[in-house]
Amino acid sequence: MKQEDRQILFEPVIDNNPITLQVLGVCSALAVTVKLAPSLIMCVALTFVITCASAAVSLIRHHIPTNIRIIVQITIIASLVIVVDQVLKAFAWEISKQLSVFVGLIITNCIVLGRAEAFALHNPVRESVLDALGHAMGYSLILILVATLRELFGSGTLLGFQVLPLVRDGGWYEPNGLMLLAPSAFFIIGLLIWAFRSWKPAQVEEAEYRIHGVQGTEPR
Amino acid sequence: MPPDNIPQADIRGWNYLALSNDDPRKIIAVALILCLVCAVLVSAAAVLLKPLQDRNQALAIKRQIISVAGLAAPGADTEQLFRERISMHIVELDSGAYVDGIDPQRFDARAAARDPANSRQLSRDTDIAGIKRRARHAPVYLVQENGRLATIILPVHGYGLWSTMYGFLALAADARTITGITFYEHAETPGLGDAIVDPDWQAGFRDKLAFDDEGMPRITVIKGRVNPGSMEARYQVDGISGATLTSNGVARLLRFWLGNLGFGPYLEQLRATGGTS
Repeated sequence: MKQEDRQILFEPVIDNNPITLQVLGVCSALAVTVKLAPSLIMCVALTFVITCASAAVSLIRHHIPTNIRIIVQITIIASLVIVVDQVLKAFAWEISKQLSVFVGLIITNCIVLGRAEAFALHNPVRESVLDALGHAMGYSLILILVATLRELFGSGTLLGFQVLPLVRDGGWYEPNGLMLLAPSAFFIIGLLIWAFRSWKPAQVEEAEYRIHGVQGTEPR
Repeated sequence: MPPDNIPQADIRGWNYLALSNDDPRKIIAVALILCLVCAVLVSAAAVLLKPLQDRNQALAIKRQIISVAGLAAPGADTEQLFRERISMHIVELDSGAYVDGIDPQRFDARAAARDPANSRQLSRDTDIAGIKRRARHAPVYLVQENGRLATIILPVHGYGLWSTMYGFLALAADARTITGITFYEHAETPGLGDAIVDPDWQAGFRDKLAFDDEGMPRITVIKGRVNPGSMEARYQVDGISGATLTSNGVARLLRFWLGNLGFGPYLEQLRATGGTS
């Protein structure tokens, strides 16, 4: 694999992660991460949608009129999402019930439209697919991390298997109820952003405003 | 980049794709082609996968019936459990009698409620469940235990805050004591009204009485918590906080389906014959 390709593919995983750096797609990251299994399905669904959407947009990029480009992109994304939703209902009924509206909400996931608009619209198919896969991996990485933490500490299980024996069943672990609620994902994502930015200080954003003293009033 | 540099004179005939991207004809052509391709894709997926989805839906409903009957066992095969433990019958609601002429496996309650020949319009004051039309017949699911009737499972539905809620009510053999309730289809508010599918809330119905001593439907969902010391507590279930209208909807649909226009006549006969029929 060429150096540039590798960069397109792997940069969004850590260095330009769609959730922790671009802070996009947080809505679904909060909603579906109570358990690991639905999160994994969500990752697969998003990977499929973003890859096909970027490929399709890139394929017809020379023929997309500027005036209706957002509508064209959303139409492509929405069609793909409906197909995914139908497939899930046919082959993974229980999980599609758990994911409920959130599969449909992939349409409004800013990462998908963001990649189509910012990258696939101006780049060849090959690069667009790599870029989409990279962003899907970045999204999946965070989703899996958050879901693992939430399921482990919220229910003491991983993929439904008991890892930490619960007090309720005679074990020692008292499950943390906060982990089952959406705000815990906020805390975990916040901590992940902090961890990523401590590890890679280049990700730290310039503060928009700094408190400063007015001339002549500074303490001497 | 787009072939904007093609002179207009070079375009002949119907080759709209060769037009400039800003030409209105090209915009319309691209939009039409895109819509056509997407429509074919979406409808193909919907049509091809429909049989599988219907099977999943039917299986999910059977699973609900098994769980509301208290027969759920981890790892058990739903189809087999359903076949072995649950018998389906069709009841004519107005008379409360079993009907033999209809195959319960093929009976479609929702289609029957839409069919003017097999349903009746409900007047505004009798339609407390907000269902507008009620089918002439309805299925009931019976569980036998050692040759005796143990559980009666009735399909119920009614309007909540946003949606029609579909579920099952399980009664003990006395046709009076509630043993379980479940909902399998609804679109109530996520996080508030959707607590109707929460097993903890559903457990509040267990051992409550659906009818009072005179045989009138009395079960209700109250606002707030039930005072266990109250005389009425045996007819009352905790409301869902933040979802009063959904809670009211559940109470009303239960009273409708237990009443004279619902399974009232059927249940009355069961009580009269001591559940031996």
